[in-house]
Amino acid sequence: MVPLSFYLVLGALLFSLGIVGVLIRRNALIVFMAIELMLNSVNLTFVALARHLTSIDGQLAVFFTIVVAGVEAVVGLAMLVEIFRARSTVSLDEVDLLRG
Amino acid sequence: MEALIFVPAAVLAVGGALGVVLSRRPVHSALSLLLVLASLAVLYLLLWAQFIAVLQVVIYAGAIVVLFLFVIMLLHMQTGEPLRDPLRKQRPVMVVVAAFFLSGLTYIVTAGGVALQRGAVAPDFGTAEGVGRALFTRFLFPFELASVILLVGIVAAVAIAKEVPGLMVHEESTVEEADVLAAAADH
Repeated sequence: MVPLSFYLVLGALLFSLGIVGVLIRRNALIVFMAIELMLNSVNLTFVALARHLTSIDGQLAVFFTIVVAGVEAVVGLAMLVEIFRARSTVSLDEVDLLRG
Repeated sequence: MEALIFVPAAVLAVGGALGVVLSRRPVHSALSLLLVLASLAVLYLLLWAQFIAVLQVVIYAGAIVVLFLFVIMLLHMQTGEPLRDPLRKQRPVMVVVAAFFLSGLTYIVTAGGVALQRGAVAPDFGTAEGVGRALFTRFLFPFELASVILLVGIVAAVAIAKEVPGLMVHEESTVEEADVLAAAADH
């Protein structure tokens, strides 16, 4: 029997690794993947708490999180492709002006 | 018994997360993300969330990671990082900040009175039937909103990534500019 806190600590660890990825990496694609990592850690927390509170609502929250994360990935990557077409780079350091 | 599955899945998830954050090439990061998603699907199965586990594999691992790989291929990235990094001195500080954040979170989830014992759940807890029953009764409005969000996302992605002729700076137009400048300099 694995206690609840193990799942929550694992979720916290994955979330922190996602934060490190967003802060450290300069490639926008890697930053996107680190954001997906953070979303997945939150999903794990929701599912663990749903089981331990014997309520299905946590899994419904994960359902909607997955849907919205999918849409966010699609729109974000479309914008990334467009930025790459304009600037020929996806480095966050070099795309730092709002002016086109 | 459950720990026999939890420990390898958790170790693989953390290893995959480290791979996502630390890999040199974006393709390696995408494959590490796939490892994380698969490990989390196994953990969802441990937690009586069969429907969510299958959704995770089909949508996240099967569509979103494939989308990432397509974009990596489209952008034809060779390396991940530029040569110069103006914030290089801040990198250890960022890791320390994240470590503080992790310790704070760990304290919150382990020190409080969160000593929940597992109760018995209905046999259809976490199945498609169990999730669907809640989805179409209590969560009907968010469900309809989710379909609207999906539609908006599809239209937005097509509209953003569509090439509008004459809007972007193409090779030919810069050559024209140079010709115009040369012609102007001749006068």
